[in-house]
Amino acid sequence: MPKLKPEDLDRIAAKMKKTINLREGESRARVIVHMGTCGIAAGARTVMTALMEEIEKRDLKDVILTLSSCAGFCSREPMVTVEMKNEPPVKYVDLTPDKAKEILEKHVIGGNIVKEYALAVGSERVL
Amino acid sequence: MQRLHAMICTCTNCISNGALKIKNALEAEIVKQSLENDVLVVQTGASGLCVKGPILIVQPDGIFYQYIQEKDIPNLVQEHFLKGRPVKELMYVPEGKDIPIPKISDIPFFKDQRLIALRNRGIIDPESIDEYIANDGYKALAKVLTGMSPEDVIKEITDAGLRGRGGAGFPTGKKWDICRSQVLEKRKQSKNLRCYVICNADEGDPGAFMDRSIVEADPHSIIEGMCIGGYAMGATDGYIYLRIEYPLAIARMKTAIKLAKEYGLLGENIFGSDFSFDIEIFEGAGAFVCGEETSLIHSLEGIVPEPTQKPPFPAQSGLWGAPTNINNVETWANVPMIISWGAKWFSQIGTETSRGTKVFSLAGNVNNAGLVEVPMGITLREIVYDIGAGIPNNKKLKAVQTGGPSGGFIPARLLHLPVDYERLKEVGAIMGSGGMVVMDEDTCIVDIAKFFLTFTSDESCGKCSTCREGSITLIEILDKISNGEGEESDLDYLEELCIAIKDASMCGLGQTLPNPVLSTLRHFRDEFLDHIKHKKCPAGVCKPLVRYYINADKCTGCTLCGRECPADAISGMVKKPHEIDLNKCTKCGICVKVCKIGAAYSK
Ligand SMILES: Cc1cc2nc3c(=O)[nH]c(=O)nc-3n(C[C@H](O)[C@H](O)[C@H](O)COP(=O)(O)O)c2cc1C
Repeated sequence: MPKLKPEDLDRIAAKMKKTINLREGESRARVIVHMGTCGIAAGARTVMTALMEEIEKRDLKDVILTLSSCAGFCSREPMVTVEMKNEPPVKYVDLTPDKAKEILEKHVIGGNIVKEYALAVGSERVL
Repeated sequence: MQRLHAMICTCTNCISNGALKIKNALEAEIVKQSLENDVLVVQTGASGLCVKGPILIVQPDGIFYQYIQEKDIPNLVQEHFLKGRPVKELMYVPEGKDIPIPKISDIPFFKDQRLIALRNRGIIDPESIDEYIANDGYKALAKVLTGMSPEDVIKEITDAGLRGRGGAGFPTGKKWDICRSQVLEKRKQSKNLRCYVICNADEGDPGAFMDRSIVEADPHSIIEGMCIGGYAMGATDGYIYLRIEYPLAIARMKTAIKLAKEYGLLGENIFGSDFSFDIEIFEGAGAFVCGEETSLIHSLEGIVPEPTQKPPFPAQSGLWGAPTNINNVETWANVPMIISWGAKWFSQIGTETSRGTKVFSLAGNVNNAGLVEVPMGITLREIVYDIGAGIPNNKKLKAVQTGGPSGGFIPARLLHLPVDYERLKEVGAIMGSGGMVVMDEDTCIVDIAKFFLTFTSDESCGKCSTCREGSITLIEILDKISNGEGEESDLDYLEELCIAIKDASMCGLGQTLPNPVLSTLRHFRDEFLDHIKHKKCPAGVCKPLVRYYINADKCTGCTLCGRECPADAISGMVKKPHEIDLNKCTKCGICVKVCKIGAAYSK
């Protein structure tokens, strides 16, 4: 192995940063996939996998993907909640892997809520 | 890239509680539930609350699980890892409450700590150098080697106000400065003289595990600190003196050194500079006196590890006669942080004379025993009651003992005392290397002072008669007192002897071994007098002074104590009050244990 130069430290750190960030809970955004029995049955795992792949592919270092239990709205699963730093959480319903990727791109990266898939109180699509 | 990291603590404590089995079971279950792309299992060093081990911390949410058993794993993996429902039953529940606290950052034990030396505990895998680097590891070394002169480095450490964490609290910058000038002086005569820095990881205090935990959790922090120190003082080689009873720490340190060498962070021309430095581990056989610096050096040289007179100090004539600097594990671990973040940052933490933080192993009669790192100046009350969550079974606090076997006792009424080098010294205790034992009302002061003395007496190397014989005589007098044969004049004799031992012993072992006696005489004289004048042991520990009785007003005559008494010392008719024959009683205490209504008692 070649000997390190001072600038190599940043290269290694950058490579590892995502891993370490996850452990320190510091992030710009948190994407929560609801994985109750209902969610899993409705395909939440495929949504989760799609999001994981996309985050990996785009090398998003400050986005944490996590999961939570049933959001209490089983008929509209799979559901995802997006929590951007300093903004109220937004819930998305009836998701597919493709829709999830779109949300990641438009909301998490772009900062714009994807109104078509978003849910507010009740079951109407508002916002 | 996994979305969840299951950080399993694999410190010595947790491993002895089955952490490796849990780790294997966890990995198997994750495969079984097809979650290997979702969850990464990472082994870490001690989380600090390892009395509740095995410990698992799940990130990114920081969910803290304790007392994990193999049988809990399938449910845990399914509920938390698959469905995202953290398992309440395995969470930490505060003393006297029944609602669990899920997140590690909300648990008072962790919340009130300030991590500098333990900055990477539970966050990185100690066997991965890349993870250390990801958390700014080796940046301080790069900074030093690319832009700081040795004098700059020493000035930074001096300005930070760092003091040695191994016991005496000597200012580290000053020590480095003295060593550097010795190195420069000696190099005038012999240009290629090898000079040494040593990490003292002997950790001989019974019950202490601060240094072990740092080595196990973050070995690179020590390597980096030593490289920086080596550069500052002009040393060529480093030794880590690690006791052989710490096999895991040795293994982790070996791995770390190997990885650092592969990256060229140890060896020739580090970071392409002209600084070359190497580190070797020396496995010490684990005698207390080997922690004393001159003994340690002799042990490294392969001769009998007895202390020798100072001066010459190690900086003048240390390992193989060359200038040598010894620092404690925790001292070294602080160094990279001071270089990275600056002396100003460090010096703002703590008190006027004691900067930064201190790691303590909190033990004894306290609910949350464990490893804590706190800013200097924190009060004992905060440590015992906020972080330690108080005394078990609603007992009263009697004393806090700091500084290991040669430390002192601080009575409960001084709980408001801020912890720093000077304040502890004022009340007759010492900071020491960070032992902190909490003692409740059931502790007998005479007995516990004897306990510490028995340790130091055993560990005395025997070179100085005051230490060798003096300690034995102290124990004999204490024995006499706890047997009820003490006289008031014994207390003066004890004091006089203690002072003689302090004055006439050559090394720190003898000079400090009287501390437990002196500080108890100072703060708990009444308890000594109870033993001597009233022939009573208030805590009920000194057997010859304890008497067992049955309260005739309470006794219902159930006959249980009579049947259980192994000495047949209890008599009485059914439904009539029972009585103990004090001549037959062997003071085993079984009657008190079995009595359901508290009629049997001792005093
Ligand atoms: C009997 C005795 C035992 C000691 N044991 C240790 C020890 O286990 N670890 C340690 O770091 N220092 C120990 N010391 C203190 C060392 O002699 C020395 O002061 C210390 O390692 C210096 O490092 P520091 O300046 O970083 O504290 C001991 C001293 C005495 C007298």
